Amino acid sequence: MRYSGFKVIKEALTGHKGWTPAWRDPAPQAHYDIVIIGGGGHGLATAYYLAKQYQQKRIAVLEKGWIGGGNVGRNTTIIRSNYLLDGNEPFYEFSLKLWEGLEQDFNYNAMISQRGILNLIHSDAQRDAFIRRGNAMILNGADAEMLTTEQIKARYPFLNTDDARFPIKGGLAQHRGGTVRHDAVAWGYARGADGHGVDIIQNCEVTGFRIENGKCLGVETSKGFIGAGKVGCAVAGSSSRLMSKADMRLPMESHVLQAFVSEGLKPVLPGVVTFGAGHFYCSQSDKGGLVFGGDLDGYNSYAQRGNLPVVEDVCEGGMAIFPAFGRARLLRMWGGIMDMSMDGSPIIDRTHIDGLYFNGGWCYGGFKATPASGFCFAHLLATDAPHPTATAYRFDRFEKGLMIDEKGMGNQPNLH
Amino acid sequence: MIIDHPLLGPRDSAEFTYMGDARLIDRPDPDAGTAAQDFYEYGYLRDNPAGWHDELWFHEAGDRSWLVITRNTLTHEISKVQLARDVARSRGRSK
Amino acid sequence: MTQSNRIGRAQVDFTKTLKFSFDGKSYAGHPGDTLASALLANGVRLMGRSFKYHRPRGPLSAGSEEPNALVELRSGARQEPNTRATTAELFDGLFAKSQNRLGSLKFDLLSINDRFANFLTAGFYYKTFMWPAAFWEKLYEPIIRKAAGLGSLSLKDDPDVYDKGFLHCDLLIIGAGPAGLSAALTAGRAGADVILADEDFRMGGRLNSETFAIGDASGADWAATAVAELASLPNVRLMKRTTVIGAFDHGIYGAVERVSDHMHTPDAGKPRQVLWRIYTKHTVLAAGAIERPIAFENNDRPGIMLASALRTYANRFAVAADRRVAIFTNNDDGHRTAADLHARGVKIAAVVDVRPNAPSSMDYEVLHGQVVDTKGRLGLTFAEVKLADGSMRTLDCGALGLSGGWNPNVHLTCHQRGRPTWNADLAAFVPGADLPAGMTVAGAAQGDLSTAGALSGGAKAARQALGLKGRMATLSEAEDAPVNITPFWYVEGCSRAWLDQQNDVTVKDVKLSHQEGFRSVEHLKRYTTLGMATDQGKTSNMGGLAIMAELAGKTIPEVGTTIFRPPYTPTAIGVFAGRHREQEFHPKRLTPSHKWAEEQGAVFVEVGNWLRAQWFPLPGETTWRASVDREVLATRKSVGVCDVTTLGKVDVQGTDAAAFLNKIYCNGFAKLAVGKTRYGLMLREDGIAMDDGTAARLAEDHFVVTTTTANALPVYRHMEFVRQCLCPDMDVQLISTTEAWAQYAVAGPNSRKLLEKIVDQDISNDAFPFMACTNITICGGLRARLFRISFSGELAYEIAVPTAYGDALMRKIIEVGAEFDVTPYGTEALGVMRIEKGHAAGNELNGTTTAQNLGMGRMISKLKDSIGKTLSQREGLNADGDLRQVGIKPVDPGDPVPAGAHLMNADGPIDAAHDQGYVTSACYSPNLGHAIALGFLKNGSERLGERMQLVSPLTKVHVDVEITSAHFIDPEGERLRA
Repeated sequence: MRYSGFKVIKEALTGHKGWTPAWRDPAPQAHYDIVIIGGGGHGLATAYYLAKQYQQKRIAVLEKGWIGGGNVGRNTTIIRSNYLLDGNEPFYEFSLKLWEGLEQDFNYNAMISQRGILNLIHSDAQRDAFIRRGNAMILNGADAEMLTTEQIKARYPFLNTDDARFPIKGGLAQHRGGTVRHDAVAWGYARGADGHGVDIIQNCEVTGFRIENGKCLGVETSKGFIGAGKVGCAVAGSSSRLMSKADMRLPMESHVLQAFVSEGLKPVLPGVVTFGAGHFYCSQSDKGGLVFGGDLDGYNSYAQRGNLPVVEDVCEGGMAIFPAFGRARLLRMWGGIMDMSMDGSPIIDRTHIDGLYFNGGWCYGGFKATPASGFCFAHLLATDAPHPTATAYRFDRFEKGLMIDEKGMGNQPNLH
Repeated sequence: MIIDHPLLGPRDSAEFTYMGDARLIDRPDPDAGTAAQDFYEYGYLRDNPAGWHDELWFHEAGDRSWLVITRNTLTHEISKVQLARDVARSRGRSK
Repeated sequence: MTQSNRIGRAQVDFTKTLKFSFDGKSYAGHPGDTLASALLANGVRLMGRSFKYHRPRGPLSAGSEEPNALVELRSGARQEPNTRATTAELFDGLFAKSQNRLGSLKFDLLSINDRFANFLTAGFYYKTFMWPAAFWEKLYEPIIRKAAGLGSLSLKDDPDVYDKGFLHCDLLIIGAGPAGLSAALTAGRAGADVILADEDFRMGGRLNSETFAIGDASGADWAATAVAELASLPNVRLMKRTTVIGAFDHGIYGAVERVSDHMHTPDAGKPRQVLWRIYTKHTVLAAGAIERPIAFENNDRPGIMLASALRTYANRFAVAADRRVAIFTNNDDGHRTAADLHARGVKIAAVVDVRPNAPSSMDYEVLHGQVVDTKGRLGLTFAEVKLADGSMRTLDCGALGLSGGWNPNVHLTCHQRGRPTWNADLAAFVPGADLPAGMTVAGAAQGDLSTAGALSGGAKAARQALGLKGRMATLSEAEDAPVNITPFWYVEGCSRAWLDQQNDVTVKDVKLSHQEGFRSVEHLKRYTTLGMATDQGKTSNMGGLAIMAELAGKTIPEVGTTIFRPPYTPTAIGVFAGRHREQEFHPKRLTPSHKWAEEQGAVFVEVGNWLRAQWFPLPGETTWRASVDREVLATRKSVGVCDVTTLGKVDVQGTDAAAFLNKIYCNGFAKLAVGKTRYGLMLREDGIAMDDGTAARLAEDHFVVTTTTANALPVYRHMEFVRQCLCPDMDVQLISTTEAWAQYAVAGPNSRKLLEKIVDQDISNDAFPFMACTNITICGGLRARLFRISFSGELAYEIAVPTAYGDALMRKIIEVGAEFDVTPYGTEALGVMRIEKGHAAGNELNGTTTAQNLGMGRMISKLKDSIGKTLSQREGLNADGDLRQVGIKPVDPGDPVPAGAHLMNADGPIDAAHDQGYVTSACYSPNLGHAIALGFLKNGSERLGERMQLVSPLTKVHVDVEITSAHFIDPEGERLRA
């Protein structure tokens, strides 16, 4: 079924009887050409591009719970491509370009809103680093603009530029950055993949891999064995747990990142503002909630919830630059599990086991990467070669000393 | 969270800085023939378990002890807190 | 001042009158009122508009679960959007406005949305607004955003103060209803340290709303007596107006006390609110239960509310929502409301009960049937009832109480991912087995809905938590009615029947969600927005779950619940920040010479939490460059002084001190002579440069290590890691002495002459050569440390004294240096001189650079193990053509060479694929008369003299540059050895 304004009107006038399920609820078949483990944003996007872009057949997505229930459904919805390093920037710019055409591509309004993202600058050293970054963005074909404090003030008149502990000395803006309705991304990809024949199987937990003679033959699941020509894993927040079933140890730790939303408010924040020095960033959703966050809690956790000190830390950052937000009320706090890699950058690669492929380690940058991650993982699964924008995301980069370390924090995942 | 420091008693975790897996105590022998591989695994690969985890915390705003804390990553329950120095010695580290 | 709907007496102080205004109209109420009770007393039912359809709405509840009656409270900078009228305590002069309307509350132009409700179903926006693509941001979204949202922020800085505090107790009791009070009395009398917190401004919970007696007293009087006794116990802390917002790990609870929200403005020196972190050994959760409504067509009109809320307004506030009231119920509790209201003289139009076996009444009519529709544009006027025999009745009523059963308030039991379990007798979820550690649940929150059950449950919970032995005290006799309920969620065939009143989610939306495959409880929530409003579904979620269960052919527990997340009720962002906002966001660290520098008119810069003098403008200097150039030139010409206290300092002592430094630095320290200082480069274990500094050997077993300002803390932490975790048997002790010593760089050709005037010993070049260090005395006996090290490249020293003498030493240096025109210089001049000298700093040691990149690859000693050595040998860190640090100067001396610009080959294309390197640090060199820079260039050490393009498209710079040595000044190092 194709969605359109006409269809909405027609259904409204005929009692909405014509809407059908956005995706089927099939029973698993005995064998697929490609099985994707993980019905989150990346897994569903992978299946979508495998079917649509790479014309692969007999694809299944296995999800242990309900699709979109992981980080794609619990992030702060920001998209951007303001990266510094060669290994990253082309990939994220590719992702941003995919975002820009996504809704028409998968016929679902994910409310992609390029309202701009602004990184505030508070010191000369930070300015030097942001100029280098902005130049890297432009040299890679992305957009970037250096804003003066006055320009920022004009857009955000209630920003605390007069009495800030760390005075605002300008900002790096990417106008093509913005926000997306996160759940709709999962649903749009699911519906699109389903429309191309992909079986999306919910409540189907993978309990093990069947590996013989160094080759992966399929997966054991809560719904029985499912054979597969190739198995792709895209299970952010569960990567180490899943891959340990193939006796793999990964270069990552899992950490909790909290996020917050306020009660609905009439529009105040036109774009995304990031106060890196104060561990705070914020945007406003279409519904009116201020969506904000900050640092990791900092300790390994699979609990999907955090603790009070970080809540306070984030709100302190908020009140440092937006003292007008003091009387807005925080409505809900939640936590997502970030698979924090050892250099802060992801992995999209084959494993040493034939037929077993891995996508993970997205730290807290996974949402914005969703389209490109799916596209590049599909490319790898379909062609057995890395996509040109994802060649650096290899497993062996740590062994070889080819880290992609945007923040320069080294092999301590909670600092990325 | 509250960390029951072996010398100081219960302290708020906000006083501590986290580092990670306590296996970081087991720094490989740099003179071994396999040192390159050993250090790669030591530096980069983690069990990252969902469950009990021995991990290193530094009492940054306290007595500057490094502690090995046994904590459940699913529930955040803490079952054991030891001075990292004692753990290191028990694992054969010396000078 | 009509207050036409006041009925009798209650817990409101009629002896005093409070004036307030709502939407510009003045009204009167009394102390003890909420805004909602006072408005209802004045005959005002319409208090708000819904989110999507802008339907007229009045209060559904009398508590913090309220979805509808949200207002903008106060004005000016204190305006609080989305404030629940049902919990806002009335004060004299209270000012409130309705919100989320276009036009007036009565004539909201956006109520046109309601006419188009057929188009605005659940998730309609996912299916349209996609063409043309550019129209989303330009047209559709701005319209949607403007219409969405609820109340408005003033966008003025919050003028109030918030505080934070810490409390510790044996037993935290959450909720001061019958269960909580009973628990508190039990624990308090036993001598335990007790905190009793309740979100209301009057303790007693439902006892204040009911007519039940406890023993000989009314419930409210019993509660007041209990509170008085508790107040007399020194071991009990009563915290009213305090919401426990979250149950965090290890018995830590967050609680917000609204200290001043019941007043016009906070008293002088008082905060608006306080965020308490409560550390408790045990917790009794006695948070009560919340009644739930029943869904039927047009069940959202002002005047339709929970039956228990009608009871609260009557019994506690002496307010009838209307003089003609009907009740719709599926359980016995609804009949209580009718009886209480009847006793206060309110006309009961009828009690409509879905059960055939409903209790009858002599006082009013009980109908077996269902309310199927209502009338009344801005407030209820009629209810249409379909009787069991199929006939219809129209009830003339201005208020309709709904009683669909009670949901135990399990919220805090689930904050650590516990899941509630289903209790079929109550037709409700009750706390599950996996409670937060140390928590016991009592009373209605546990599913004990009777007063007697609450009293005994509370006492038992306290005894259990504290391990009290002995006989339980006899409890007063109290209401002990059984729960008699027939689950009934919605009227068959209804469509526009509201579940989530704030977000306008109707039964029809849930059905559509199911039809389109959004059937898991989380999909239902996210697709329809059920339960995502400011009340987080406290009154709406159960109805949605029940309908989804029916559609999916499952039971309610099979469908499950969404996850309860903190905070329990929405909480001001300001209170989480406390006083850490604006200037007080982070503490300020001041250097020992700060006061002196202020007196000189220095300009300060934030360096982490430090404030450092950036430059010292003199009269007549109009630009920062003029000051900095002068400071640099004066220092290189004669002598300058700079406060470098912020550099990290670590005292390293012990017989293994040298061996320890050998471990942490990649270069060797074992053979460093006593009295000598050496530059050291520290690697992380991954082989990347971590920090650099100097280590001065003051004695065989005593070193002083310096770090960069930024890395003082992480380096110290790292050193302790190596000491405690890797080398536990080394005889070495560390102490961070950054704050203990004031340290000044004295640099320039006349620096020795200057220092000779204050130090007490020979510091001639022979006696105290380059890189020497020593403990000395100055000024005739003050202990000090002297290091002959140079960051500027000049003949230079760093002198350190105990911090208490720092200010005096700076003044002394300026005094004795007058004859040399000693010039204080700030961080800018410091930076210029180090770039001129080619010294790496933070911009170069950026966490991705190796010793090799910095041109120091050969410093990594092959003769010993050190942290980072093994991994620094990986192929990717040692490839041909790697980045090397170089100097960069403009071909045209007038051109800039800005930091952050990228290097491109002279004749090559300008794009990322051809990137050759980048500029890390740049400045104008007053000594050379042009800009200079340091940077990293591929294979840079082989490319000195090469001409390249330097581009910064971001800042519109494109210049030709020449690659040079990084050492622009005195490359042979003659000056610093002079």
